[in-house]
Amino acid sequence: MPPVYEVFRRERPGATMQHAGSIAAPDERFAEIYAREQYGRRGESDALWLVPRDAVQEIDDFVDEFDLKYRRVDGYSLKERLKEARELAGSSRRDEPGTP
Amino acid sequence: MSSPSRVDLLLDLADDELILGWRNSEWTGIAPFLEEDVAFSSIAQNEIGHARALYELAARELGTDADSVAFDRPVAEYRSAPLVELRRLEWARTIARHWLYETADAIRLETLKSSDDAELAGITAKIDREEVYHRIHAEMWVDRLLGSDEGRPRLEEALDELWPYALGVLDDELRPELVTRVEAKLGRPLPDADAVPRGEHETELAELLEEMTSVRRSAPAGARW
Repeated sequence: MPPVYEVFRRERPGATMQHAGSIAAPDERFAEIYAREQYGRRGESDALWLVPRDAVQEIDDFVDEFDLKYRRVDGYSLKERLKEARELAGSSRRDEPGTP
Repeated sequence: MSSPSRVDLLLDLADDELILGWRNSEWTGIAPFLEEDVAFSSIAQNEIGHARALYELAARELGTDADSVAFDRPVAEYRSAPLVELRRLEWARTIARHWLYETADAIRLETLKSSDDAELAGITAKIDREEVYHRIHAEMWVDRLLGSDEGRPRLEEALDELWPYALGVLDDELRPELVTRVEAKLGRPLPDADAVPRGEHETELAELLEEMTSVRRSAPAGARW
């Protein structure tokens, strides 16, 4: 299998580079031409980065032994808490006389 | 050799690009691997785009439109070089033809870019800015095949077969420069060869035009698409 290059693309100056896709190419010269043809020929990019996949350091093991979700920036799931609140409200409504 | 008229010169270029674009597009879907399929198809589209721009200039002088010039002429009136007409659906020959054509075309474009005809100089300069990437693509493939035990003999054989055709892309006075550039790359002398000149046509051209114009001819004249 030929080496794989990850391609990042910038839509316009000042924008962030975003992952565009990956290409397989026998070497860097081929990779450059293939990246240009696949991600640059319709004027859709103003810059491309080519990164050999081997150069990417991947981290995919995250320890979460104590359920530390409260540290997350998005906090607790609002959906879950809303569901709980609705259940509470529902049970209290049923307790009130005269309500269907 | 008398110099060709402006229209003939435009048609030399346009017909070469259209027919080569067609031939290269025959690899769409069956190129050796996916990335190459995309790249080679893109190059084919570029060539046809160049042809379109050149046909438009020619059509203006002829008082017609680009489609008519591209599709409605009889075979004998096409001005393409036999090199681009050959059907060689074999990768070493395709790369040999691609590189020989791009090398010859670069020499031709260099002279046209400095033409006194501002419109011709402008369009050839514009075309050449895309051809740069075609040349890089062709060069990297030639280097890769020359660098492999299986690729080198196959490419060398294809280059020798196509060499007389490559000479035919250029006028007499530009041919020595092509010899110099090709020999420099290969590091060996090329076989003595008589150019297969522009104006002669390979039998493959008639078949190609038959297929290329089949949809256009199937509709009544004047149909709008």
